[in-house]
Amino acid sequence: MSSGNSNGKSSAAGVIGYFDSPDAILSGMKKVKAANFKNFDAFTPFPVHGLEHAQGLKRSFLPWVTFFGGLTGLTIGMGFQYWTSAVDWPINVGGKPFFSWPAFVPVAYEVTVLLAGLSTVAAMLLVNGLPNLKKRTFSVSLTVDKFAIIIEADRGAQNGKYRPYSENDAIEVLKLAGASGVKAVTDSGWFEN
Amino acid sequence: MSTEVIQYQPEVLVTGGKTYADVNDDVSKPLESFPTWKWWAAFGMAISALSVGASVAAYMFANGLGILGLNQPNGWGVFIVDFVFWVGIGHAGTLISAVLFLFRQKWRTAINRSAEAMTIFAVMTALIFPVIHTGRPWLAVYWLLPYPNQRGLWVNFRSPLLWDVFAVGTYFTISTVFWIVGLIPDFAMIRDRATNKYRKFIYTVLSFGWRGSNKAWSHYEITYMILAGLSTPLVLSVHTIVSFDFAVSQLPGWHTTIFPPYFVAGAIFSGFAMVVTLLTIVREVFNLKNYITIKHLEKMNMVILATGMMVGYAYACEFFIAWYSGNPFEGFAFVNRAFGPYWWAYWIMTGCNVLSPQVFWFKRARTSVPIMFAISLFVNIGMWFERFVITVTSLHRDFLPSSWSYYVPTWCDWAITFGSFGWFFMWFLLFCRVFPVIAAAEVKSVMDQPHAERG
Repeated sequence: MSSGNSNGKSSAAGVIGYFDSPDAILSGMKKVKAANFKNFDAFTPFPVHGLEHAQGLKRSFLPWVTFFGGLTGLTIGMGFQYWTSAVDWPINVGGKPFFSWPAFVPVAYEVTVLLAGLSTVAAMLLVNGLPNLKKRTFSVSLTVDKFAIIIEADRGAQNGKYRPYSENDAIEVLKLAGASGVKAVTDSGWFEN
Repeated sequence: MSTEVIQYQPEVLVTGGKTYADVNDDVSKPLESFPTWKWWAAFGMAISALSVGASVAAYMFANGLGILGLNQPNGWGVFIVDFVFWVGIGHAGTLISAVLFLFRQKWRTAINRSAEAMTIFAVMTALIFPVIHTGRPWLAVYWLLPYPNQRGLWVNFRSPLLWDVFAVGTYFTISTVFWIVGLIPDFAMIRDRATNKYRKFIYTVLSFGWRGSNKAWSHYEITYMILAGLSTPLVLSVHTIVSFDFAVSQLPGWHTTIFPPYFVAGAIFSGFAMVVTLLTIVREVFNLKNYITIKHLEKMNMVILATGMMVGYAYACEFFIAWYSGNPFEGFAFVNRAFGPYWWAYWIMTGCNVLSPQVFWFKRARTSVPIMFAISLFVNIGMWFERFVITVTSLHRDFLPSSWSYYVPTWCDWAITFGSFGWFFMWFLLFCRVFPVIAAAEVKSVMDQPHAERG
C-alpha cells in the first residue's frame, strides 16, 4: 500500500480511473505499467485473469508460508505423540515399540494440514492488510461491474528509477489508457463520513 | 495467410442474459427482503424438530444412556449411525469446493457456496453425537482432546476414535476457514449496496474491509488454491479415518481393507444427494434458476450415478471377499447381513443406493427436477441405512450365540435423530437469509464479458 500518510484525517490517495470490462482494464493496465509509476494498483469486482502480469506483480510468496506452516504442524503432531507415548508415560502394550510411528500418522497428518491452512490464511490477511478499517473503497460500483486503476500518490523520496508522481500527469496517463471518470481521490476510513 | 479464427464455444454457465449487476441483484435479493411465509414455516418446523431433539437429549442427560436402545452386544447404535451419516453428507461440499476447483470445473461456482455451507452445518450436526453420547457433554472437551488425567496419563494416540477427533476437528476448521475466505468478496459486495446503517456496519466488519485491490486478489487467489489443495486430501482422509473406527477393530463385517475407499465413495454419494435435495428447493424458493441451471443439476446427478455404482461395487466386493477368504465368521456376517433378522435394512440400503440411481442413465430422469428430488431422498435414506447395516448387523450376532440379540432403537434414539435434522435445517435456513448463497464474484469470473467492450 502507498506510504502517502500525512497527519490529516484524509490524505491524498492518488488518481483513479474507471473501466467497463476486464478486457478494457487489461489493455489500460499495460499502458499504465509502461508509464513506470512507482505505486499503482487495480480494483476489480472479481479476479481478472492476466491482470497480475499486466501489472507486473510477482507470484505470491504465500506457498512458502504453507510449506513451513505444514512442516511445523508435522513436527508438533509427530513430536507430541512421541513425547506422550515414549517419554512422558511409556506403556508397554504386548512388547510393541513405544514410538509406533505408523499409528501416529493420521494425527500428525491432520495437524500438518491444520497448521498449513491456518498459517496461509493468517499470512494472506496480514499481507493484504485485512481486517482493513482505514481505507474505504473508492466507489461502490467496484464490487458490481466497474474496474479501476489507481496511480497512488507517492510523496516519498524519488530515486530517479520511477516516473515522479504528479496529479496532472497521472490524470493524463489514465485518460490515455482509456479510463473514464478520472479524478484525484483521498483515503478515508470505513466509519468516517 | 488467411486469418481463420476457430471459435471455442465455452459452455454457458449463467443463462437468461444476465449482466454483472444482475448477479449482484439476484444474489442479494433474499438477503434484502423480509422472509416469506414459506421461509418462516420451514424455519418454524426446523426449530420445533430441534426442540424435540434437545428436550429428549436433556432427558437423556438426566436419566443416563439407558433410555437408548443400546445393550450388549450392540454397544453402538443409532448415534454412531447418525454421526457417520452427517459427516458423510459434508463430503460433497468439500468435493465441489476443492476437488472441482483443482480440476477447473467452472460449473462449480454456482453451487460451491451452498455446498460448503452444507458441509459445515453437516459436520456441526455430526459433532453433536460424539459429544452427547458421553452423557456429560459439558465434560466432552476434556475427554476428547489430548489432555492428561489427574495422574498424568495421556489419551491413546493409537486409537482410531482419537484420530477421529483430529480428523473431524481439522476438517471442520479448514472447511470453515475456506468458506469464510470465499465469502469475503461477496460480503464486500453486499456491504457496498447496503443502505441501512447497521446493515452496512455488519457487512463491513464481515468483509474485513475488502476493497478488491489487484495486489490483494493475487494473494487471495493463491490462498484459495492452497486451501483447495489442502482440502482435497481432507475429503479422502476424513471418511477414511471415520471408517477406521470400524475397520481397525477385529469384528467380522468391520475388519475389511475396502472400508476407506468404500466410505469415501459413499460419503460423496450421500453428500451429492443432499446437495441436490437442498438446491432443488433453494433455486425454486430464491428464484436462482438462471444460476443453478438444469445443467448443473444434471452434472450432480451424473456424480450420484457414478458414486452409487462405486458403492454397489463395494457391497458386492465385500461379499466376494467374505466367500473368497474362506473365513467362516466373515462369511456368516455377510450372509446374516443380507438374509438374517435385519434383511429388511439391507435390502432398503441396496434398493435405495444401487437400484434407484440407475434411472439417471436416462437424460429425461437426470434433467427432471421431481425425479431427481425423489431419487436424492431415496439416496439419503439408503445411505442412512447403509451405516445402520454396517453398525448393527455386524454387532448383533457376535462370536457367542448365547449373547445374540435384536437391537431396536427406542423412541429416544429416533427423537434425537429427528432433532439433528432440525438443527441442520435451522442453520441452513439462516444461512440462506444472511449470507449470499451464490459466490457472486466467482460466477462473474466465469460469465461472458460485456459485449460492447470486446476488442
